[in-house]
Amino acid sequence: MDLTLNVWRQNGPEDKGRMETHPVSGVSPDMSFLEMIDMLNDQIIRDGGDPVAFDHDCREGICGMCSMFINGEAHGPGRGVTTCQLHMRSFKDGDSITIEPWRASAFPVVKDLAVDRSAFDRIIQSGGYVSVNTSGETLDANAIPVPKPQADEAFSAATCIGCGACVASCKNASAMLFVSAKVSQFALLPQGQPERASRVKRMVEQMDEEGFGNCTNTGACAVECPKGIDLSNIARMNRDFLKASAEGE
Amino acid sequence: MLDSKIPEGPLADKWTSHKNNINLVNPANKRLIDVIVVGTGLAGSSAAASLAEMGYNVKAFCFQDSPRRAHSIAAQGGINAAKNYQNDGDSVHRLFYDTIKGGDYRSREGNVHRLAEVSTSIIDQCVAQGVPFAREYGGLLDNRSFGGVQVSRTFYAKGQTGQQLLLGAYSALSRQISKGKVEMFTRHEMMDVVMVDGKCRGIIARNLVTGELERHAAHAVVLASGGYGNVFFLSTNAMGSNVSASWKAHKKGAFMANPCFTQIHPTCIPVSGEHQSKLTLMSESLRNDGRIWVPAKKEDAEAIRKGTKQAVEIAEGDRDYYLERRYPAFGNLVPRDVASRAAKERCDAGFGVNETGEAVFLDYASAIQRYGKTEGNIRGLKDPSLAEITELGKQVVKAKYGNLFDMYKQIAADDPYETPMKIYPAVHYTMGGLWVDYNLMTSVPGLYAAGEANFSDHGANRLGASALMQGLADGYFVLPYTIGDYLSQDIRTGEISSDSPEFAVAEKEVKERISHLINNNGTKPVDDFHRRLGRIMWNECGMSRSADGLKKAIEDIRALRDEFWADVRVPGTDDGFNPELDKAGRVADFLELGELMCKDALERDESCGGHFREEFQTPEGEALRDDDQFAFVSNWEFTGDPKESKLHKEELKFENIELKQRSYK
Ligand SMILES: Cc1cc2nc3c(=O)[nH]c(=O)nc-3n(C[C@H](O)[C@H](O)[C@H](O)COP(=O)(O)OP(=O)(O)OC[C@H]3O[C@@H](n4cnc5c(N)ncnc54)[C@H](O)[C@@H]3O)c2cc1C
Ligand code: SF4
Ligand code: FES
Repeated sequence: MDLTLNVWRQNGPEDKGRMETHPVSGVSPDMSFLEMIDMLNDQIIRDGGDPVAFDHDCREGICGMCSMFINGEAHGPGRGVTTCQLHMRSFKDGDSITIEPWRASAFPVVKDLAVDRSAFDRIIQSGGYVSVNTSGETLDANAIPVPKPQADEAFSAATCIGCGACVASCKNASAMLFVSAKVSQFALLPQGQPERASRVKRMVEQMDEEGFGNCTNTGACAVECPKGIDLSNIARMNRDFLKASAEGE
Repeated sequence: MLDSKIPEGPLADKWTSHKNNINLVNPANKRLIDVIVVGTGLAGSSAAASLAEMGYNVKAFCFQDSPRRAHSIAAQGGINAAKNYQNDGDSVHRLFYDTIKGGDYRSREGNVHRLAEVSTSIIDQCVAQGVPFAREYGGLLDNRSFGGVQVSRTFYAKGQTGQQLLLGAYSALSRQISKGKVEMFTRHEMMDVVMVDGKCRGIIARNLVTGELERHAAHAVVLASGGYGNVFFLSTNAMGSNVSASWKAHKKGAFMANPCFTQIHPTCIPVSGEHQSKLTLMSESLRNDGRIWVPAKKEDAEAIRKGTKQAVEIAEGDRDYYLERRYPAFGNLVPRDVASRAAKERCDAGFGVNETGEAVFLDYASAIQRYGKTEGNIRGLKDPSLAEITELGKQVVKAKYGNLFDMYKQIAADDPYETPMKIYPAVHYTMGGLWVDYNLMTSVPGLYAAGEANFSDHGANRLGASALMQGLADGYFVLPYTIGDYLSQDIRTGEISSDSPEFAVAEKEVKERISHLINNNGTKPVDDFHRRLGRIMWNECGMSRSADGLKKAIEDIRALRDEFWADVRVPGTDDGFNPELDKAGRVADFLELGELMCKDALERDESCGGHFREEFQTPEGEALRDDDQFAFVSNWEFTGDPKESKLHKEELKFENIELKQRSYK
């Protein structure tokens, strides 16, 4: 098929940026979206131009690195898939496709479609862990049973890939879904209890410091989240946060 | 010259007595010592966190935008540990034995036993960190079984075990970063190691955002930079996985061990066309219930390739379940190397089932019927119809493998509940890597290697769920102790300066190479060369190898390398974010590694594990090992050109295990 791509080009965080139009032809429906971009870049390089920069690594939906805003949706039209799992059979011959980076002031553009998501790392550093040493001299793994439903729910929260689609989809650029997923994972497990109150406080404070917006409960984040992270995590985090604040932890 | 430093004494006591006897660095002195860790996968994150926790000053590096995105994140199936929670007779010794045998007797007894010993602590540690492993209804940890073993010792978190383990290690790392004990450098690539007075004393790194070159000095350097499967271009590895860190170390004196030992995984989604950029694994667990077949008649295979016939139209009697036919005892559950070769044999003979002729069927139809009938009985249905049974069977299969079936559907646009999946082997893992001694130190003093980057534990074939175990064993429990033996000599050295001439020279060399690439003004993009290299490697140094093919491959790779340096086009500049430039540097190294792999494969006149030389097979087409001549580790020393690399052999001594020919018939 033949397509017209409108791609965001921006040479660094200071550059104003602009859209650029590229026709591509001979796209196979079996290609992944990123393979289609590979093809575009191959063409640009052979013509002596500057290829489109974008982030990607695993290309199977788990590393969280790919991050394209396609036709107004984070990770494009599919549900429950990342950009790298999107296939060209979701488009048709003659389509125009608009491709932009995640847009949020806490995620400055590095170049073109690649953004800086280090704010997420700093939020985890502020408290997204259990403070145990790595000596291996801990309890036997089976010493504390965890009821299966609780373990499964903690697992579901823990499957967040840190891609940032939730932030990109939110009109306030809020990071609540991401932060609440990590807070919930530990809140649901016995191992996370000792630091439960201090963790949620520190992580929420760091989130605010990074310049993410407020949550106004529109739910757009959960719709676009490729891993189906549930909105109930945000409710759990809010409860924990209020409780921790009230206790003056 | 090569001393593996395996401690004396009985096998089961070696590690404990070694830990008791090695030199330690006291806590006050650790604060005076700097360690660099390159890589933040399971091995690197766990090592960096543990070293920092012990008191060393750590700098950690990764090329992705966050340490959490290392390739380890993609591991699916699980992690082994000799916990014996299922009470099925598992033990440290059994895990040790399975690993040595699975590796086709080409690994060290001492190292493998230590791995089995520390495996149990890994699970304790991860649970304490809040890793949400799968649990049973009673609240205790669940296990599953994997290929090549008779016990259930694999711990898992659905199909995302690697993700959960890496996030655990990343959380430990993040904790040390917040304490200021680890300084983290993301979007940084190690460009070279720096040697001062015969010791590794730092690295040259490139900031991938600004393009700046940076000097980082330390008392010791740990490479945990992963495997090199991407030398084949198409593999299940992440796009950025590369050999460059290891290769730079190799060129500075670190020996490469068994570089030709590559694991080709039998169940991956086949190549769909020229545009293909990577391959996707379908977990080994699918072989538990799926049956693998191709049409028995060539005309049927041709009709399927043309699309004039469908798989379901082939009568039962016209199907060749070739694994069940050839290996009645193990059937579809033979080890990875055997299953991969058998698929290639059928496709080469003209029985492949997709347009490219390189695919076989993995069929769930009989599993659906079998599960459906059982489920019908459980529910007490009287004479259920075929449709009812099929529906019930699909539900059971969905509960077990649903996420994999969905992934297949997404990529192949085909419904595996209705029609068999098409699969084909793909490059997956590299057993070879930097040679290390028992302390995980390479042949360069002060330079260590951990995780998939080293060659240590898997011999000529790795068992499923053992790479995650090795990465975390190295990083949490081995390296943090063994490195003390070396660093204890360094407590009075003081800070290492990066102003020395050695750093200046190394930086200058890196700069020149980058500017050569960027100013080359050739005509072809980097991927063009990478694809062609991959094709040579896959055809001649893949699932089956021959002396003639390997010799030809060596010539072809040399020619391709010359063409690369003359004609590659790298766009953009070297002073900013330029992924094409990063890729060019990595492919340049693959073009050298590929030649060494072929040379190593050519040297090894036997077949073992993943290394199959056509000249060395039994009359039935099975791998023929030669223990008298080849029970050694091949270690290659770089002497200026891969062609001239020098071989050093480390004899493998088997004192506790009897060498046997593997048989799965
Ligand atoms: C699809 C798939 C599924 C798998 N499933 C399983 C499984 O179920 N069980 C199992 O045991 N094993 C499995 N494996 C194997 C296992 O995942 C890997 O062997 C293991 O994760 C490797 O970990 P590592 O820490 O050694 O390296 P990696 O995780 O590859 O990490 C490498 C690190 O090095 C960094 N790096 C590399 N080069 C440079 C450089 N030049 N400069 C700076 N940084 C650099 C990277 O940024 C990264 O942080 C699987 C592999 C694949 C491909
Ligand atoms: S919550 Fe969902 S969208 Fe947000 S970072 Fe995690 S996986 Fe991505
Ligand atoms: S590239 Fe890893 S999730 Fe898309």
